[in-house]
Amino acid sequence: MQKKLWIILAMVFVVPGLLFTASCAKKAVKEDTSLSQQAQDEAAKAAAEKARQEELARQRAIEEASLKEEAIQKAKDNFLNEDVGFEFDSAVLTPEAQEILKVKAEWLHNNANVKSTVEGHCDERGTLEYNLALGERRASSAKSFLVDLGIPASRLTTISYGEERPVDPGQNEAAWAKNRRCHFTIN
Amino acid sequence: MRNCWIKIFGLIVIMSFWAVPGVARAGYDYIDISHPFLRKIPIAVPLFKKVSSGHGTDQLSKSASDLLAETLEFTGYFKFLDREAFLVNPQADAAFASVNFHDWTSIGAELLVTGGVLVQDNLVEIELRLYDTFKEQLLVGKRYKGRLADERKIIRRFCSEVIYTLTGDRGIFDTEIAFVSTGTGSKEIYICEFDGYNPRQLTHIKSITLSPAWSSDGKWLAYTSYAKGKPDLYIKNLRENRGHVVAKKGINTTPAWFPNKFELAATLSFSDDPEIYLLTGTGKIIKRLTYNKGIDVSPTWSPDGKSVAFVSKRSGTPQIYVKDLDSGQIKRLTFQGRYNTQPSWSPKGDKMAYSGMENGHNNIFVIGFDGQGPIQLTHNEGDNESPSWSPDGNLIVFASTREGPSRIYVMTSYGTDHRRLLALKGRQTEPKWSPRMVNK
Repeated sequence: MQKKLWIILAMVFVVPGLLFTASCAKKAVKEDTSLSQQAQDEAAKAAAEKARQEELARQRAIEEASLKEEAIQKAKDNFLNEDVGFEFDSAVLTPEAQEILKVKAEWLHNNANVKSTVEGHCDERGTLEYNLALGERRASSAKSFLVDLGIPASRLTTISYGEERPVDPGQNEAAWAKNRRCHFTIN
Repeated sequence: MRNCWIKIFGLIVIMSFWAVPGVARAGYDYIDISHPFLRKIPIAVPLFKKVSSGHGTDQLSKSASDLLAETLEFTGYFKFLDREAFLVNPQADAAFASVNFHDWTSIGAELLVTGGVLVQDNLVEIELRLYDTFKEQLLVGKRYKGRLADERKIIRRFCSEVIYTLTGDRGIFDTEIAFVSTGTGSKEIYICEFDGYNPRQLTHIKSITLSPAWSSDGKWLAYTSYAKGKPDLYIKNLRENRGHVVAKKGINTTPAWFPNKFELAATLSFSDDPEIYLLTGTGKIIKRLTYNKGIDVSPTWSPDGKSVAFVSKRSGTPQIYVKDLDSGQIKRLTFQGRYNTQPSWSPKGDKMAYSGMENGHNNIFVIGFDGQGPIQLTHNEGDNESPSWSPDGNLIVFASTREGPSRIYVMTSYGTDHRRLLALKGRQTEPKWSPRMVNK
């Protein structure tokens, strides 16, 4: 009987107490989610989105920059590697040679601080002394064309190597055609 | 080098024996100067008689007689008779002290060279005689004393006497040939003796060095070199360590010395166009010689200095032109072929040698100012380029790829008797024959 009384007493005091605490706690939680938690979530989301956008933009910029750099490098490589070809025993600029020189002129225009050397070369046919003069004529043809396109003559030097420095040692028309060239270098 | 040569000869006692009246006066009728190679003169050169004994004498007897035959053969004038056919033992008295001319005429010899050699330690005495076997006459006799190492110089000296006796010209035995070789991996200038003997490297620039040109006195060599990165003209004194440089904008190439003057023509392109100028030996411009938009290059002087020939593209293809300096008139010399370059004016002034290209290959041609020719001297044997005359006008040195890599060859001015001068490591190109060096 006394045991039953203790249980009732416990029920009277403890259970409502438990209830109270429970309701109180519940109430506090409910307040957080509805107000500050929500704001925080949104801020975080926005921040994340912003960061994502920024990251994207940054990557885009890097990509653009590297693309641009690549394009710059490509243009430079092109300037250095694309030779101007000639017919046998000729220093006359063919239409194709003129197109190549126009690209070179544009590059020189975009890189106003660059000074360049135009090398004139010949194939191995013909004779050495004459080829030295022919190489000189080729280099000065290319230079004059660039000067006519507005590149200051002071930025361009010419040098003839005659038949002394072939790029292809072959003894056939394909090799000779490669060797009859103006090659550009940056000083 | 030259000084050394002179000193050595100063030491050699040279004696002409038999008083002059006893020596037959050669009338220079042995060799037809206008056609010297049509008929080669049969000549016998037996082994020289050993006056002393021993291994050194044996060796010298053989080497000196062989060298004399080789040296004379170089001229292209002679046909050497086979020693196997000789009727006389070269060591018998009959071969030297007294000559039985019938022994030689019966085997077809028209000329005979006999010799006697004496070796004593390092010293040698060589006596040499040239006979006309049909006229039974001594034409020239000399006795030389020197060191064993002077053998080649003694033999050449006597060969010079032989050629002088027969032609009235001292010949080419004291000349040299400058050329370009790639043996070290870059083009450098070398010099060898007329027969290819003793090649030595002159420049050590480790760049591209081209187009050597001798001054008339043999003291100066001009050439083009990229020593400073571009083709500049270097004028170098061969005996003293000094010189001059022409380093104008563009190319400074193809030097050609004015005859007997310290002046030279060269191609300069500082005006943006390769033109030919006359320069002082110190490299200052005296005057401009060509006025033509387009290539003018490779001058060569007439021996009298009154005209200059050069290559020009003024008619559309490279051809050879001659400018008379007094009148200023320019005449085209070559009309056959579409690529004629590298003119070289003959020392007698009557002909021009040059390279002509046909079907992609260069060959050597000679054209006369009398309207004769052009005559093609090389045929179907690779590329043959860069002709240069011997100072007596009898031989032409040139570069050829007939055996693969380019080498230096010599032929007669009629295109006969081709011989390779030397074969060094790498490629040899652009030979230039020096003037005669004695007393200069």
